[in-house]
Amino acid sequence: MAFLVRRLLLTLPILFIVSVICFSMINLIPGDPATVILGPEASEHAKEEMRNRLNLNEPIPVQYVDWLWGVLHGDLGESLIDDTPVSKLILERLPVTIELALGAFAVSFTIAVVVGILSASRRGTWVDYLSTGAALGGISIPSFWLGMMLIIIFAVNLGILPASGYEPFFQNPVANITAMILPIIATGLRESGELTRMLRSSLLEQLGSDYVRTAFSKGLSRRVVLIRHAVRNALIPFVTASGLQIAGLLGGLVVTETVFQLPGLGRLVVDSIENRDFTTVQGTVLTITLIVVMVNVLIDVLYTMIDPRISVSSKG
Amino acid sequence: MSETVTTEGQQRQQIQPRERRLAGFWRRFRRNKLAVFGLVVVIILFLTAIFAPVIAPSDPDAQDYALTLRPPGEGGLMGTDSLGSDVFSRVVYGARISLESSLISVGIAILVGVPIGLTSGYFRGFWDEWIVMRIVDSLQAFPFLILALVIAAILGGGLGYAMIAIGIGFIPAFVRIARAQVLTIRSLDYVEAAKATGTGNTMILLRHVLPNSLPPLLVQTTLAIGYAIIAEATLSFLGLGAEPGDPSWGAMLFQAQSYLSTAWWMAFFPGMAIFFAVLGFNLLGDGVREALDPRTYD
Repeated sequence: MAFLVRRLLLTLPILFIVSVICFSMINLIPGDPATVILGPEASEHAKEEMRNRLNLNEPIPVQYVDWLWGVLHGDLGESLIDDTPVSKLILERLPVTIELALGAFAVSFTIAVVVGILSASRRGTWVDYLSTGAALGGISIPSFWLGMMLIIIFAVNLGILPASGYEPFFQNPVANITAMILPIIATGLRESGELTRMLRSSLLEQLGSDYVRTAFSKGLSRRVVLIRHAVRNALIPFVTASGLQIAGLLGGLVVTETVFQLPGLGRLVVDSIENRDFTTVQGTVLTITLIVVMVNVLIDVLYTMIDPRISVSSKG
Repeated sequence: MSETVTTEGQQRQQIQPRERRLAGFWRRFRRNKLAVFGLVVVIILFLTAIFAPVIAPSDPDAQDYALTLRPPGEGGLMGTDSLGSDVFSRVVYGARISLESSLISVGIAILVGVPIGLTSGYFRGFWDEWIVMRIVDSLQAFPFLILALVIAAILGGGLGYAMIAIGIGFIPAFVRIARAQVLTIRSLDYVEAAKATGTGNTMILLRHVLPNSLPPLLVQTTLAIGYAIIAEATLSFLGLGAEPGDPSWGAMLFQAQSYLSTAWWMAFFPGMAIFFAVLGFNLLGDGVREALDPRTYD
C-alpha cells in the first residue's frame, strides 16, 4: 500500500508536465494561432472570435487553469471543425485503438516469449542466429510498410483478407476480426523484435547466475531449470520493459491506422492535424499519453503483488 | 564469473593507450560478421547518397506520361511510378534525403541533449532531480512518433521542421545516457584527482567526463540514426515531412499507397531501401556496443 501511494505520488509531476506540454501546444504555434488555424485570408472578425473561443486573450496561467479545470471534469473542449466535444470523438474511437493495441501486444508478446526462450536456451546455434537476425530485422522494418506489403500479399493477390473496412465488433464480429488481422500482425511483428531481444538478454543473464548452476548441480533436468527457474526470473524485467513498449506501440498505431483506414485514436490525430483542428489534437494526445502513464503505473503495482522483493527494496 | 571479468576488462581498457584500445576495438568488431555486414551497408548507403547523380540512370524528377506504372524490367530496374518517373533513380536519390535528415535530427538531439545530461548529472541537486529528469520522464511518456508528428504539425510541416521535430523527440534519450555516464564517472579517482589539483568544473566536464562518456553515446547515436530514418519516412508518409513530389522514401510510399493493387513495385523498393538502411545502422550499433563491452574482451 505504501508502495502504491509512493508510486502514484511520483506520477504527479509527470502528469503535471504532460498537461503543461499538451496545454502549450496551441500557444506554441508560431505567429498568431488564429491565423494559422483559419488561414491567412480569414477576416479579422473571425480571427478575433477564434481567439476568444480558444481563450487566447487571457493571461497564460489563467488559460492553463481554465483548461485544466475542464480536463479534470472530462471536458477536453470542442472540435474546431464541427463543435463535437473532443471527449466524444475520443470515446468513439477508443475501442478501435484498444483492440488493435491489445491484439498487437498479444502477438508481439507471444512471439517474443517463444523465440526469446528458444534463442537464449540454444545460444550460439543456428536457431539463435536465425532468431536474433529475425528480431533485428523486425526492428528495422517500418510497420506501415509492412502493412502495405501485407495488403499486397493477402488482400490484393490472395484476396483472403480485406485491406480496409472497419466494422464495430458487436455489430459484425467476423468482419471486425478479419479487418483487424493484418494491422494487428503489422504492428505486432515490429514490436516483437524489440521484446525478443530484451527477453533473450534477460534470460541469458539468468542462465549465467549462481542459482541456475545450483539447480543444475542438484540434478534437475534442463527443461525444469529453464522453465521453473530461469524463465520465471527473466520474465520480471521483461514485463516492465514490455510496459514501456506501450508508448511505442501506440505511436506505431498512428501510421498503421492510416494505412488500413481504421477509425482509431492515431488516425484521429493525423486527420485533425490535416484539418488544423488543434483542440482535437491536444485532447487526443493528452489521452494517449495518460494511457501510457497509467499502464506503466498499473504494471508496477501488479508487480508488487507478484514479486514481494520489489516493494521491500523500494523502501530503502 | 561475469563480475570479475567486467572489472578486469574495464581496468585494462583504462590503462591501455588509445591506439591499443582502438586496435582492440577493431579486432573485436571485425569478429562479429553481422556487425561488419552492417558497416558495409552503411558505407554503401553513404556512397549511394554522395554519388547519386552517377548511379541513377535518369533524373529522379523526370516524368514520362508515356511510361507510367511499368513493372520492373520493362521500365528500368525497379519499374516506373504513376508519373512515369524511374523508381530506381528515385530510390537512389532518396538515400540523400534520408541520410541528411536523420543525421541532422540526431545531431540536434546530441547538441542539446548531451550538454544538458552532462551538466545535470555532474551538479546533481534540485535542478537535476526535479526539473531536468522529470521533464525527460514526461517527454518519454509521449509516444515518440506522436510527439514528433505534433511538433512538426505545430511548426508547420516540411522536411526542415520534421528534422527538428524528430531531433526534439530524441533529446530525452541522449540526456539520460549522458547523465548516466556522468553519475558513474564523477566518483572515479581521476575526477577526484582533477578536483584536488584545482581543475575547474568546465574543464573536468570537457576534458575528463565527456571523452569517457563517448562509447555509449556512440552506440546510441548509431541506433538513433536508424530510428530517425524510420521517423522521417513516417512523417513524410503522413505528409508532414518531404513534399509529396520529392524523392524521399516516405513520400514515395505515400504516393504508392493509391497503387497497391496495380503497382507493387512502387511500394516494395522504397520500403526495402528503408529496411536495409535501418538494418545497417542497427547492426552497426549492436556491433559497436558488443565490441565496447568489457565482458566480450578476450
